[in-house]
Amino acid sequence: MLFRSETPNLWTLLAPPTVWALHFLFCYVAGAIICAKAPEALDELRLAIAAATILALVFIVVAGMQAHRHWGFGSDMPPHDTPTDEDQQHFLGLATMLLCALSAVAVIFGAMPALFIAECMR
Amino acid sequence: MTPREETDTERGRREEAELRRVWAYSSGWRYAANVNNQIVGLWYTCTAFVFFLFAGVLALIMRMQLAVPNNDLVSAGTYNQLYTLHGTMMMFLFAVPIFEAVAILVLPQMLAARDLPFPRLSAFGFWCFLIGGVFVGGSIFFDAAPDSGWFMYPPLATDTTQTGIGADIWLLGLSFIEVASIAAAVELIVGVLKCRPPGMRINLMPLYCWYVLVVGGMILFAFPPLIAGDILFEMQRLFDWPFFDVARGGDPVLWQHLFWIFGHPEVYIIFLPSIALLAMIVPTFARRPILGYGWIVLAAVGTGFLSFGLWAHHMFTIGLPALSIGFFSAASEAVAIPTGVQIFVFVATLLAGRVIFAIPMLFATGALAIFVFGGLTGVMVALAPFDWQAHDSYFVVAHLHYTLIGGMFFPLVAGVHYFYPFIIGRMLSDRLGRWSFWLMFCGFNIAFLPMHITGLRGMPRRVFTYPEGLGWDGLNLVSTAGAFTMAAGIGLLVFDVLRPGKPRAPQNPWNAGTLEWVAGDPSEPWGIRSVPPVSSRYPLWDQKNLMRDIGAGRFFLPGAPEGKRETLITDVLDATPQQVLRVPGDSFLPLLAAGFIGGSFIASTFHWWIAAIVSGVIGIGVIMVWLWTATAVIPSRPSKDAGMGVTLPLYASGSASVGWWAMFITMVGDGTAFLSLIFAYFYYWTIQNAFPPAGMAPPDGPLMLAGSAATLLAWLAVLGARRANSAGYPDMVRIALTASTLLALAGGALLLLAPWRAGLHPTAHVYPAIVWVVAIWTALHLAVGMLMLGYCLAGSLAGRLSREHDIDLRNVVLYWHFAALTMATTLVVLALAPLAT
Repeated sequence: MLFRSETPNLWTLLAPPTVWALHFLFCYVAGAIICAKAPEALDELRLAIAAATILALVFIVVAGMQAHRHWGFGSDMPPHDTPTDEDQQHFLGLATMLLCALSAVAVIFGAMPALFIAECMR
Repeated sequence: MTPREETDTERGRREEAELRRVWAYSSGWRYAANVNNQIVGLWYTCTAFVFFLFAGVLALIMRMQLAVPNNDLVSAGTYNQLYTLHGTMMMFLFAVPIFEAVAILVLPQMLAARDLPFPRLSAFGFWCFLIGGVFVGGSIFFDAAPDSGWFMYPPLATDTTQTGIGADIWLLGLSFIEVASIAAAVELIVGVLKCRPPGMRINLMPLYCWYVLVVGGMILFAFPPLIAGDILFEMQRLFDWPFFDVARGGDPVLWQHLFWIFGHPEVYIIFLPSIALLAMIVPTFARRPILGYGWIVLAAVGTGFLSFGLWAHHMFTIGLPALSIGFFSAASEAVAIPTGVQIFVFVATLLAGRVIFAIPMLFATGALAIFVFGGLTGVMVALAPFDWQAHDSYFVVAHLHYTLIGGMFFPLVAGVHYFYPFIIGRMLSDRLGRWSFWLMFCGFNIAFLPMHITGLRGMPRRVFTYPEGLGWDGLNLVSTAGAFTMAAGIGLLVFDVLRPGKPRAPQNPWNAGTLEWVAGDPSEPWGIRSVPPVSSRYPLWDQKNLMRDIGAGRFFLPGAPEGKRETLITDVLDATPQQVLRVPGDSFLPLLAAGFIGGSFIASTFHWWIAAIVSGVIGIGVIMVWLWTATAVIPSRPSKDAGMGVTLPLYASGSASVGWWAMFITMVGDGTAFLSLIFAYFYYWTIQNAFPPAGMAPPDGPLMLAGSAATLLAWLAVLGARRANSAGYPDMVRIALTASTLLALAGGALLLLAPWRAGLHPTAHVYPAIVWVVAIWTALHLAVGMLMLGYCLAGSLAGRLSREHDIDLRNVVLYWHFAALTMATTLVVLALAPLAT
């Protein structure tokens, strides 16, 4: 399981940027379709993007909390370079947490055009 | 000497003799049969460098032409070929392949693996690359090179009256090479995940491995859209299917999307492996472990993802909705964050260490300086209003050369200086290196810095000449002088690499900490004498007497008593030993397979259809012989002593086997190509008022349903075959495999019948064309699935498939999962989507 796993793995590492990718894809695809087929529904689209952004951020925060737990709540500082299960887990937790931060920033970046641009205008 | 020591010495000699015999390089007329990564990697690297020099000469000719206004050194037509081929070769024949080349050469050593898991696949990839590269590059000698720019925009490039055979050479030659790239990605991903030494946990991997993993994954998602685009493009050029023809519902902009969905991640596919070299070089010369290992992993993975959200920033001027531009602009700015993190990690490591400014370090710092400059102009052009001004001007030319030469070429030269001792066993000259660096560094800046101004003064890219008095004359002359200065620096490097009489390199001349430096004498073919357990990120720094004990054969797989090439397979996360993998030895089959498959592509370029089909069929036959004779070989006993008191199995199937992972990774790439075709379908749907357009019917519904049902049953029958095999009923297995083959045949036939029954003519409009492409794609996958089923059936009859030995069947089941998913998607898109609209 991705979100209930006791130990982190490569899938939990990839989950936060995947959320960014899905959010980005949704914004782009929905934007392209609305601007091509129904520009009058742009306001609804912007609301939908807002909702998607909140949803994505919630996912990322949950993943970040889990990563924080895997990291050992910061009890052990990097470099996490000993050959033990514990350090392996702490390393993956830390890397995932950093990726959560980056993904959250990227999601917010991605949502900003919908906040400021109110027409399809080519 | 005591008798005990003598026994040890004798044992050592025996083991070394065994290893030397098993891993010996083929020489003489069999030289081309080599598959050992040390040889194939060297071929690959040298070939890519030759293509680089060739493309560099093309650039010098262009610079000579542009040195003065109204020059007539070359004609406009020749100039078009020059810049197209320069870009094409630098990107497709140098920048991407050199990643694969260096990784094939260095990665196994870094992982203390004897070889990568699929050595023959590496060799096959190399031969594909060589054949395709010579075909594409050589075209200029026949005045037949592609001439519509390296991104081949339609409608110019699809117009067969305005562009000659060059466009076909580009499309088919490069498609062939892309296949090689995906093969390399499969090889390298499985290599990093499964071939690490015992104990090299995921938190101890050299950073280079992280980058290889990320870049391998990126190739899987970036190259397939281009392959899909190439298919559409070539179908239009060869058969007039109107994918990019506006008059019949097509759209040239779709090509731009598909090209740049590949093209922008490609920039990072080029950049990350070179940064990976810096991540190895910087700690060595800073004399300390890298600071912020976790941050580098964040940066590599983060860049890998974000780079897929940038593609439309190449298309800001084509009239996208402002909202879409905003999304891509924002993502383009966001990617600066992880990119910057990497730079800061390197700077921090250098500040915290005691830096030795050897030649590799000199190139590394030069790289950082140039790349940061290019990154900053990147932030500028990521802003759409600025891009509208700078688009297609020399500003963009300057920007992209700063990022690529700073981000890729300088780190690579640093890598050449750094790795040369362990690859060739000699040291490059310090003095020549310094000269070469300063010539390159100064030459580069003299050539490309003025281009920013030339661009801002309005000079468009790709013009073959310009009138005097526009303020471009002096700047262009300076650029030309700089280009030749840089070329002199590269010439010095080449001279140094080739000149005889260089001093022998000691073992680990830079005092590096990672395992590739264990290799003392590159003439020993075995890679590593024995595979050590690893407990540090820098084992040579932290593990006492490691080098000596490896050499004495104290660790895993010290010999090869059965006369087989063997390497260790370990767990993905913890790197606990799981299997001793026997890898196949030297063979001409990869060369033959690449030759015939390549022949098929080349013949298609010239429309020699019969030759193309014959060559392709022979190529597939060769691959079948290769698979049958050298893969999933049943060992004479189930397990062996791997050394250090550990006994490991020799055979593993399902998700424990490397072949299963290779199949999974390949199918992810394959699925991406399919999704790109589906993207094309819905792209057309958004730009058309009605899709299918008035007067056209969707493919016949009942036939589609029947075809899907047959495919679903075929899939269930494959699952049944696996079940029967696990339960030990070989007859049931054969019945199920036969039934599945027949059902797949029926499924494919019904699927192709459906658009035919609906009277869809692919040349009439883009709707039937895209429907046919999706249907043919799926049917072809069913055909390949049938081939695989036949292979398993033959295996079962030949006694190769049994309850314990089921690699082939398990892999084929995995393939069929994807094939069934492809069919289901096809049904939904072709039959159900029209109902929804």
